[in-house]
Amino acid sequence: MRPDYQLSQLDALEAEAIHIMREVAAEFERPVLLFSGGKDSIVMLALAEKAFWPARIPFPVMHVDTGHNFPEVIEYRDRRVAELGVRLVVASVQDSIDAGRAVEETGRHASRNRLQTVTLLDALEENRFDAAFGGARRDEERARAKERVFSFRDEFGQWDPKNQRPELWSLYNTRIHRGEHIRVFPLSNWTELDVWAYIEREELALPPIYFAHERAVFERDGMLYADNPFVVRGEDEPVFTATVRYRTVGDLTITGAVASTAATVQQVIAEVAATRITERGQTRADDRSSEAAMEDRKREGYF
Amino acid sequence: MDILRFATAGSVDDGKSTLIGRLLYDSKSIFADQLEAVERTSRDRGEEGTNLALLTDGLRAEREQGITIDVAYRYFATPRRKFIIADTPGHIQYTRNMVTGASTADLAIVLVDARNGLTEQSRRHAFLTTLLRVPHMVLAVNKMDLVDYDREVFERICAEFSAFAARLDIGDLTFVPISALHGDNVVERSANMPWYDGPSLLHHLEHVHIASDRNLIDVRFPVQYVIRPHASSDPELHDYRGYAGQVAGGVLKPGDEVLHLPSGFTTRIRRIDSAGGEVAEAFEPMSVTLLLDDDVDISRGDMICRPNNRPAVAQDIEAMVCWMSSTVTLGPRSRLIVKHTSRTVKAMVSELHYRIDVNTLHRDESATKLGLNEIGRIRLRLTQPIFCDPYSRNRTTGGLILIDEATNATVGAATITDPR
Repeated sequence: MRPDYQLSQLDALEAEAIHIMREVAAEFERPVLLFSGGKDSIVMLALAEKAFWPARIPFPVMHVDTGHNFPEVIEYRDRRVAELGVRLVVASVQDSIDAGRAVEETGRHASRNRLQTVTLLDALEENRFDAAFGGARRDEERARAKERVFSFRDEFGQWDPKNQRPELWSLYNTRIHRGEHIRVFPLSNWTELDVWAYIEREELALPPIYFAHERAVFERDGMLYADNPFVVRGEDEPVFTATVRYRTVGDLTITGAVASTAATVQQVIAEVAATRITERGQTRADDRSSEAAMEDRKREGYF
Repeated sequence: MDILRFATAGSVDDGKSTLIGRLLYDSKSIFADQLEAVERTSRDRGEEGTNLALLTDGLRAEREQGITIDVAYRYFATPRRKFIIADTPGHIQYTRNMVTGASTADLAIVLVDARNGLTEQSRRHAFLTTLLRVPHMVLAVNKMDLVDYDREVFERICAEFSAFAARLDIGDLTFVPISALHGDNVVERSANMPWYDGPSLLHHLEHVHIASDRNLIDVRFPVQYVIRPHASSDPELHDYRGYAGQVAGGVLKPGDEVLHLPSGFTTRIRRIDSAGGEVAEAFEPMSVTLLLDDDVDISRGDMICRPNNRPAVAQDIEAMVCWMSSTVTLGPRSRLIVKHTSRTVKAMVSELHYRIDVNTLHRDESATKLGLNEIGRIRLRLTQPIFCDPYSRNRTTGGLILIDEATNATVGAATITDPR
């Protein structure tokens, strides 16, 4: 312990996140933690484990499943959930499509990214979840940089960025009417580098796709995509083998890999610290569609 | 490495977002793709040079109108510190969002346009900053390039602000002449102002001493959550009963005698668990779990302190309030919900003593209500007591938010001046 009673940045961020999670567990009736198997939700789940230790995590986790998954991530998800003894809710985009709630996109850039919003909002309503933890960080994207830690959603699941509740000190207004809910972001103040430093310090296991491996890929718009059955690949997009790793994990059809030889957490940290491109800019097609792509999706109820 | 949280404040067009863009740019914290996007947009709009404000104005409406509506949080680090910036709106209509950003700040930068000097909005923000007791303030006189880097202009504004500040309670005040647009005195000392011998803004942010801003004397532990594993199979866990919360003041150690409120019962701390396991001591802002020697009935909303150093147990409080609702006003007999630490109670305004004119600091005692963004002193009657301190003594146990019963909106924030 430091003699000046000053916490290190990771300890301060951890204390803040745990305070947020306990506040949700104390004030909401049916919270849920959104878990994608990506590094941010992995950190969030590890924080939840600590926040309530030695008791079990007092809420279920939910995966919004596009059906276009990296098998390594699903394997990881199932193993982690079993270890913690938490209940897993899988909300399936395929089910939403089959039920006529969402329509599959077509063409070369077809993706189920946007359809996830329908599945997510339906699942929140169906399970009567009144608070949903998300792993979004404010440093990811400039619309996210504007969002409160406790972010109010109306009965349509919409975010109104021009009329957010004032949020002073660490006093969070958790009051809602039936049908409304709150999205809660315990990692709001973490950066990509903080997340990696925490993974290193806590020795958290990650799905192997976060580290360098050989993969059959093709190039599109300057990004490398895994050759996979869910994507419509043109003849001008030949497949080749490359050594890559993933910087973010989302739907297979929109998540690009980066050429990298970083095989350990330390090597990834060195790479992240030196990079000049943001993680979403480098690896997410969903954010490239327009200037306000994230804001528009968030307004509709996206993560 | 520690964290410094700072907020920027000031009028519209005083250059807050540009300053942040400059800090990020010069500290090499802007990524190539972000910069490209901003350069492209600036070019498309026919703007001269790159508009760094576009980096933080993250909402469509903000970019369209060229103003900041809500706080944007940005992050950067130097080898000395990690920084969390709250870029707050200057527009008076969005004062509540400025207050959101300033409430957690260790330091506030109030920007003033060198050509215009102090405005009502810069006074308002300086006043709110002191009301929220942000421990350190920097008055940054911006756009020095537009007044030929004139020393007299800078000194005149400093003198004017000092006269205003003399009536406020500002702990630590620093003046820096800058040009956010050109980078003078932002990261590096400027060759254009050889008459200024103070540090650059970033140097000040890196070195300002914040370790002693916290209250390490008065032990305050609001109980947030009770941890009971309910694991009948494991005898050790079966009896586990932990009181979880975030330390709001003082230093707690195993063996310390503590007092529980509201019961007044005393016991000792048996063990302190933190996220990483058992710890030897706990202090602000650690999130920990206390295990106590005796089985006391303790629940969320209760307070743990020391027997000879207790917060007030108050059902009537005097407070300064900043009203944030555009649809309802605050006046005598207004009914509200109060959230204070981990306790939520109902309240009624028993008296509105005065409204403050932020420009002159004049107290208008004839005021009968407070509207959006107005500040005044009130007396609140609570349905149940809260365990609180004057805000000047503790920013956690002295602050509360006011919630509208019907809409659930957060309609006000208050700082306790006098708990009775």
